[in-house]
Amino acid sequence: MAAAPERVGMAAVIWTALFLAAAFAVDRSNFKTCEQSSFCKRQRSLKPGSSPYRALLESLQLNQDSMKLQLVNEVNKVPLLLELYGLQGNMTRIKINELSPLRPRYEVPDVLVRDPASTRLAVTGRDENSVELSLGDSGHKLILTGKPFRMDLLQGRELVLSVNPRGLLHFEHLRQRKDSFSDKVSSSVGSLWDKIKSLFHREPPKEPAPEGGAAGEETEATVPGDQESSEKSTKSEEGSDAPEQAEEELGSWEETFKTHTDSKPNGPTSVGLDFSLPGFEHVYGIPEHADNLRLRTTDGGDPYRLYNLDVFQYELYNPMALYGSVPVLLAHNIQRTVGIFWLNAAETWVDISSNTAGKTLFGKMLDYMQGGGETPQTDVRWMSESGIVDVFLLLGPAPRDVFRQYTTLTGTQALPPFFAIAYHQSRWNYNDEEDVDTVDAGFDMHDIPYDVIWLDIEHTDGKRYFTWDPSKFPHPRSMLERLAAKRRKMVSIVDPHIKVDSGYQIHNEIRSRGFYVKTKDGSDYEGWCWPGSAGYPDFTSPEMRTWWASMFSYDQYEGSTENLYTWNDMNEPSVFNGPEVTMYKDAVHQGGWEHRDLHNLYGFYVQMATAQGQVQRSGGLERPFVLTRAFFAGSQRYGAVWTGDNAAEWDHMKISIPMCLSLALVGISFCGADVGGFFKSPDAELLVRWYQLGAYQPFYRAHAHLDTVRREPWLFGEENKALIRAAIRQRYALLPYWYTTFYHSYRSGQPVMRPLWVEYPNDITTFSIDDQFLIGNALLAHPVTEQGAQGVQLYLPGKGEVWYDVHSHQKHHAPQTLYLPVTMSSIPVYQRGGTIVPRKERVRRSSDCMHHDPYTLYVALSPQGTAEGDLFIDDGHTYNFESKAQYLHRHFSFASNTLTSSSADSKGIFESPAWIERVVILGAGKPAAVFLKQPGLAETRLDFQHEAETSVLTLRKPSVNIGADWSISLR
Amino acid sequence: MLLSLLLPVLGTLASSVEVKRPRGVSLTNHHFYEESKPFTCLDGSLTIAFDWINDDYCDCPDGSDEPGTSACPNGRFHCTNAGYRPQYIPSSRVNDGVCDCCDATDEYNSGFVCENTCKEMGRKEREALAQMAEVAREGFKLKQALIEEASKGREDKQRTLAELQEGKKSLEEQVETLRSAKEAVEKPEKEAKEIHQKNWEEQKAAEKAAQEQARASEAFQELDDDGDGLVSVAELQTHTELDVDGDGTLSEMEAQTLLGNALQADASSFLDAVWTSIKERYKPEGLPDPAPLPEAPIEEAADPQPELPPEQPAPEEDYDEEEEEEGDDDESNEEEPKVTPPQQPSDKAAEEDGEEKMPPYDEATQALIDAAQKAREQFEEAEKSLKEMEDSMRNLEKEISFDFGPQGEFSYLYNQCYELTTNEYVYRLCPFNRVSQKPKHGGAETSLGTWGAWAGPEENKFSAMRYEHGTACWQGPNRSTTVKLTCGKDTVVTSTTEPSRCEYLMELVTPAACQEPRDPGAADHDEL
Repeated sequence: MAAAPERVGMAAVIWTALFLAAAFAVDRSNFKTCEQSSFCKRQRSLKPGSSPYRALLESLQLNQDSMKLQLVNEVNKVPLLLELYGLQGNMTRIKINELSPLRPRYEVPDVLVRDPASTRLAVTGRDENSVELSLGDSGHKLILTGKPFRMDLLQGRELVLSVNPRGLLHFEHLRQRKDSFSDKVSSSVGSLWDKIKSLFHREPPKEPAPEGGAAGEETEATVPGDQESSEKSTKSEEGSDAPEQAEEELGSWEETFKTHTDSKPNGPTSVGLDFSLPGFEHVYGIPEHADNLRLRTTDGGDPYRLYNLDVFQYELYNPMALYGSVPVLLAHNIQRTVGIFWLNAAETWVDISSNTAGKTLFGKMLDYMQGGGETPQTDVRWMSESGIVDVFLLLGPAPRDVFRQYTTLTGTQALPPFFAIAYHQSRWNYNDEEDVDTVDAGFDMHDIPYDVIWLDIEHTDGKRYFTWDPSKFPHPRSMLERLAAKRRKMVSIVDPHIKVDSGYQIHNEIRSRGFYVKTKDGSDYEGWCWPGSAGYPDFTSPEMRTWWASMFSYDQYEGSTENLYTWNDMNEPSVFNGPEVTMYKDAVHQGGWEHRDLHNLYGFYVQMATAQGQVQRSGGLERPFVLTRAFFAGSQRYGAVWTGDNAAEWDHMKISIPMCLSLALVGISFCGADVGGFFKSPDAELLVRWYQLGAYQPFYRAHAHLDTVRREPWLFGEENKALIRAAIRQRYALLPYWYTTFYHSYRSGQPVMRPLWVEYPNDITTFSIDDQFLIGNALLAHPVTEQGAQGVQLYLPGKGEVWYDVHSHQKHHAPQTLYLPVTMSSIPVYQRGGTIVPRKERVRRSSDCMHHDPYTLYVALSPQGTAEGDLFIDDGHTYNFESKAQYLHRHFSFASNTLTSSSADSKGIFESPAWIERVVILGAGKPAAVFLKQPGLAETRLDFQHEAETSVLTLRKPSVNIGADWSISLR
Repeated sequence: MLLSLLLPVLGTLASSVEVKRPRGVSLTNHHFYEESKPFTCLDGSLTIAFDWINDDYCDCPDGSDEPGTSACPNGRFHCTNAGYRPQYIPSSRVNDGVCDCCDATDEYNSGFVCENTCKEMGRKEREALAQMAEVAREGFKLKQALIEEASKGREDKQRTLAELQEGKKSLEEQVETLRSAKEAVEKPEKEAKEIHQKNWEEQKAAEKAAQEQARASEAFQELDDDGDGLVSVAELQTHTELDVDGDGTLSEMEAQTLLGNALQADASSFLDAVWTSIKERYKPEGLPDPAPLPEAPIEEAADPQPELPPEQPAPEEDYDEEEEEEGDDDESNEEEPKVTPPQQPSDKAAEEDGEEKMPPYDEATQALIDAAQKAREQFEEAEKSLKEMEDSMRNLEKEISFDFGPQGEFSYLYNQCYELTTNEYVYRLCPFNRVSQKPKHGGAETSLGTWGAWAGPEENKFSAMRYEHGTACWQGPNRSTTVKLTCGKDTVVTSTTEPSRCEYLMELVTPAACQEPRDPGAADHDEL
């Protein structure tokens, strides 16, 4: 949640005053543009041209698993160290740091799950200005050009990706602060030099040598004669350069935004680098932005920004930063999918441009390969405020390879406890225990399933997390027990801002242990948030995280029980009175790192520590469930994310699809949006449609702002109640399929919710579709997102494939664009021919109640009469599936009129009383007889029913245990 | 999966008969499920073998073949609940690990053990019912009294209204009479006063003229320094204050002009022409400049201070307290004028302005005035009582026209207020008027709505009241309150909640909401 006037009393005064005027739209002036972020402005003012960096080829060192090489800025002579790693699984890592920085520069810890295994590099060619390396056994080669420095990555003869092709590598080295003007000039001479050079490239000016370089030497740099790139460089800056430079200098050692001043004790520290992706026109990823799935070019506007921020009433379809950041960009064309993972946790901006002038000159090896100049190309430029350049090139070539590569590095989606993928009922706020009981009873009375009820900030004693309001929630334990008796759960909010109050134990401990983030002067940093004045625990400290985790043990968190889980909100961190509603960049974390260095990691660590706490409280047995608003690369390991404080508007509902798809592409599969919209009140139509959409998104939670009218599903009349109930029931029936898909995501990093192009990488039509999506590989959903819709236009992909409407079972041939008339009850969902989807059709009041229920298999036949599918089962809540191999992974296949169940993974062993009550075969003819065969048993006949009109064959009650091997033949 | 298809159901009493029927079927429906005969779904859509009943597979679209299992999504399971109340639950709650039926029959195969709590629940329910019945009985008795009271009150009010209506006519007549009487005596009063005024004004004018003449001749004599009976230019020039062009001296030319373009003026021409043009500026000789007047007001301002009650020692703490009280008390403003000193200088000021007081009216006029004043007072008094009467009639009409329930049982709430104090607020409900909320520890009162209408469901309209158009919420609607009425012996607000932002829910217990208690024995039906 975000805005809370009135209720929060004193705490809200400033906040309210700040935002009252905003009404229902973001106040853009609260957030920086690139122009207002001095490093972004400096970086961006550097125009494409020949790079001032030269690779000192003679310095090349080839080790067991890496290559090291020095780069030198020809202008300021500051030497950099380039490290190159070939990684197993078709990845390459490039690191660029200062050779000898004044102080260490921040390198992002804890995001990579392991040191990625490397492959052997070898020098396979060399001339006076370039080196050719082979990158392990994947057939990839890298050509490193010395002057100007660039790298080109090839597979065979095909250029896949270039590094620094536009010469935008810009590494602001650490320097001593000097107050004289000349020093100031020299400190950013690199970018100045570049501009001048691109204009007068035959007349290099003499520059004073800056500190840190070859001191005292004057530069006599000759300008590399790269005609191609200097042609492309812009030339309109003459007059403005000098004053602009002075201004930028002002921003280098101190920067003021609105009333906030950033002291920048380390001066300019930013890093920037560009990449070219020849042959790619479609790029995706770099969430979180409220924008389409396919990224736009940023020419003429702001770059996409990655800086975790609590944006009050965010706007749609723009590149503004939101709550979380994953600096991963994917590029896709019909041959190939690649990814760029820019591992940097500082404020980051990403420029995307596209041109067809892909003529790049990079050595004689390539001369003959680039034919015409019309190859479409996408150029990407990354700019971060501090840290180093640490880039992983994920070389695919298939989408699934890129997912595997990325999740090898950062981990896969944690397998959620089963209940977490069911329906969640939330509101800011369920007022008291009676309210909780009443809402809980309401779901039973109206026969609507739900698994989890949520408590927002008002449940606490004065916004002191880990406590309960003594008058509203005097007996949390018995309340939780009442929920447990219905096999339901609760989630309570635990935010990372801690009320400064000497009567508050949590605060006292954090203070006395020195766990708070510090100001630049060394005192405990205090900001303003829900409780009023609040401290921010330093979650980057492992000791702090361990302590925090211990606070979730049952004896520490009073009133907590096994069925209480956690929601981490406001963990960007949100600071109401801070710059851009977050923490000062010069705040100091453990190890002396500035907040600037690691801002985007803060929320990641909060969720990590909280999840750790939940695991620990059960002695390492139970899987955690933690929802977070802020996130970073790797957050998928710790739970779910949601898209923050959206609004009850049709466009907000619609954008939830590309927002979650973008997250899914970069590892975070467990994503959802507030069903119904957070701000404002939805009308019945919007609410019903949102329940229908949410039923097919991974994280399914209704939530609402404090100021909105009540919207429990039964408050909109019988008809709408029935529609909402039907949508939620569809979700519950499909939970076995969802869970299995999550298991795949956990095992292999494949997204749960997928853009169509992931499954149909050769079909260009799918590349820009983001109003429909796939769940796993078997279901395609196109929920209705238009007000008053009479029908939807949907695209069924797959040459020679068929799709079955899951409701009518009608068969459609693909590929085709289909107009489907809809009513209020319609949720257009299709099952792909050739797949088998397990369901549980006895929908009960909570998913836990369905744990032992029998399955129905939906076998959707391909035109060839085949189908395949699988099912994963475990206890649904512990790590035993991992630690003790207590699970079942069944494989179902249909071929030659026989459906066979076999083990997909013989390692897993799990006893389940669940059985198969029904098999529904879509697209089947009528058999004369159906026989079930189990090993060691005689064949038995099964009753069946065939609907000729829809070609649906229903097999009655095979009654085989879900873990058993069997086959059913149609004769 | 096949469990016993038939469940022997034992009645609670030894004498009851054992009825064999499939699990989850009620007694009333058991005849549809004839053992060993094909079963036709209750919607008639399909006929199946008897052993497909309760075989844990849903065959009938209406779910009727699986009354005792969870197989059908739309089925229902009947629990007998001996000792309590029989009940249907959705099939999805059969064997779901949650105890729904108090006789535990819904969890026969889930591994969860439920206890049969029907007896206990039945007992509790009976107790609760008995207690409720007791309350209802007593409440209903009170309600009867309230109804009687209301009808009496209503009669009284109607009678009063009729009386008032009656009385109003005569009062109106009286007002008219008094108005004419007043007008009749006001006319001679006005005339007499006018005559008196006129006489006085004439007299004043004459006096003024005489005074003027006296001043003029005095001045003439003063100016006529040589006593020749003429004022010459030179004599006039000694009075520099008469300077016309502001240069500080009176030139000859100026003096001549003042003398009517002559070199001198005799007494009569001085009086006729010269005096009028110089009298504004002329200063009599030998007199100092008139003293400024402020002395008198200073004296007066100082005056009231000693008048402060000297017996008030005013210790400081007391004083503080008083101030605080004043700060809180809205009415304190009205008291303020008392403290300010009485303003009496108007008379004196008038005197100093040289204006004389009109002489008292002569006896005849005064008599006329007194008579008129009396008539006016009588008229005003009558008119005021008429207004008051009309007000009370309006109020009575309003009250009589209010819908106080089918028998007026809620009328006693009219003009009453009930409060509930919570941790933070004091809530105040004034039925048929308004609802408000005031922070317990100081702060402004917030209106949670004014009387709107009865708001219960159609069949029980008088079970809830709605108050609307309260203070608006930030970015939200106007506050509103629904008051739920429940039966009880006392009239008391039992709870206030805000289930949705700015929508309040209040519960008011009142005997007026009690229904006639049914025979308590009738509640315990359907017990086997």
